[in-house]
Amino acid sequence: MKKLEIIIRPEKLEVVKNILNDCGASGMMVTNIMGFGNQKGITHIYRGTEYTVNLLPKLKVETVVADDKQKKIVDELCKQVASGSHGDGKIFIYDVEDAIRIRTGESGSVAL
Amino acid sequence: MEWENLSGLIESVNMLWILVAGILVFAMQLGFALVECGFTRSKNSSNIIMKNLMDFAIGSVAYYIIGFGLMFGSTAAGMIGLSGFFHPEGIATPYYIFFQTVFAATAATIVSGAMAERTQFRAYVIYSFLISLVIYPISGHWAWNADGWLCQLGFHDFAGSTVVHSVGGWAALVGAAFLGPRIGKYGPDGKVNAIPGHNLPLGAAGVFVLWIGWFGFNPGSTVSIFTPDGQLVDIGYIAMTTNLAAAIAAVTTMFVTWFRYGKPDVSMTLNAALAGLVAITAGCNAVSYYGALAIGIVSGILIVFGVEFFDKVARIDDPVGAISVHLLNGVWGTLAVGLFANNHVDGVLGLFYGGGFHQLGIQALGVLAFGAWTVVTTSILFFVLKKTIGLRVPAEEEKIGLDIVEHGNNAYPEWGSNREIR
Repeated sequence: MKKLEIIIRPEKLEVVKNILNDCGASGMMVTNIMGFGNQKGITHIYRGTEYTVNLLPKLKVETVVADDKQKKIVDELCKQVASGSHGDGKIFIYDVEDAIRIRTGESGSVAL
Repeated sequence: MEWENLSGLIESVNMLWILVAGILVFAMQLGFALVECGFTRSKNSSNIIMKNLMDFAIGSVAYYIIGFGLMFGSTAAGMIGLSGFFHPEGIATPYYIFFQTVFAATAATIVSGAMAERTQFRAYVIYSFLISLVIYPISGHWAWNADGWLCQLGFHDFAGSTVVHSVGGWAALVGAAFLGPRIGKYGPDGKVNAIPGHNLPLGAAGVFVLWIGWFGFNPGSTVSIFTPDGQLVDIGYIAMTTNLAAAIAAVTTMFVTWFRYGKPDVSMTLNAALAGLVAITAGCNAVSYYGALAIGIVSGILIVFGVEFFDKVARIDDPVGAISVHLLNGVWGTLAVGLFANNHVDGVLGLFYGGGFHQLGIQALGVLAFGAWTVVTTSILFFVLKKTIGLRVPAEEEKIGLDIVEHGNNAYPEWGSNREIR
């Protein structure tokens, strides 16, 4: 099992939801976050003075999927979510040791 | 209709118009409150509201008891009024006192924005009391009392570019200079930092309310619709010059900021509409429509370079642009009468209409007299406040925000815990 931590622009949530559904992810968690990456935010001009906003609003989408679904999800995300500009986000992938469904006590991929 | 009845009718029409105009000018208090609130950070919003509320409330009482008499009482050598104290209704009609009260409060409230986010509330309360009690009324006497020395010279400031706005503007300049910049405005290396306001829509609402209020401020300054002998006063003309100057100032600044910064700057363009309004105020009854447009174009340029000058060169931190709007354009509008007055009223004739330098000289003298008076008196006032009860909140309290420290509340208690993230 793999956990995907997908950082995206807020306006891309619908696209990501559709990809995860279509690729068979059984659930997802969405969090509002603030952050920056390599670009270190963006520059605005306010009343003639330039200033940089480091932390921009982003969304963090987390999902845990069986190993065989990972590649398709990542490929689709890179294809559909990329705008070509800085700030499209990142995907972090972790190994997941186990998953337990609390209601039944089932474990492993069937618990997802 | 008998003449007695006709004059009674004229008086009631005049009273109705001046009360409506005064109520519009009162609405400008809301405009100032919204502009200042929107252009500053959310942690100081309650403080801004409280200052705007109290400068009107305190000023209304001070102006009634003493201020009106100093301004419109019978003159001592053209310098100061000395009658009508405690009961100004003995020397003027109630509606006239009301109308002048809302003007006095306008001058007082201009300072609040320039000194925002760092001033001790108690110091501001004392300042509010004194500007409405003595500072504004005494200089106002010179220009607006028929026996005042500047009025006698032919100084023309119809609705108060100098009497109201530059007095507020000079006081704002002195106050902001005495206070010093907000923490974080200038980096240790001298870098100028922007501190964006927390709610631009609120600021925009304030500008529109001020613009509406100005249709009482300028056209209402006729203080009549009919002259005593029944002649109609052309208040529509004044509404037109007022609107044209504000409109073209906003258009001008939109283009100037677009050209200078790559995008049309919203808060600066909002300031520009106010700048045009301040500038046309002195000559709104004395210039042509195209004169009003010319005055507004200069305002639209002045506001951009004024804000940049005070921010980057003079390094006087004025969060809302009050100095550039009210001082620079108050001075410009007053001088502009000496350039653009076209003999529409009062026989006032400017340089560009063949009047030579005569009127321009008188206008400049008025600007200097008001500047000297306000700078000297407010310097003494802010100096004494600084040395006694303190003018500025301690650094730690400024960082936390004046809402919590000065008033023990939070203007937006339901906003998340991540207030520090901008």
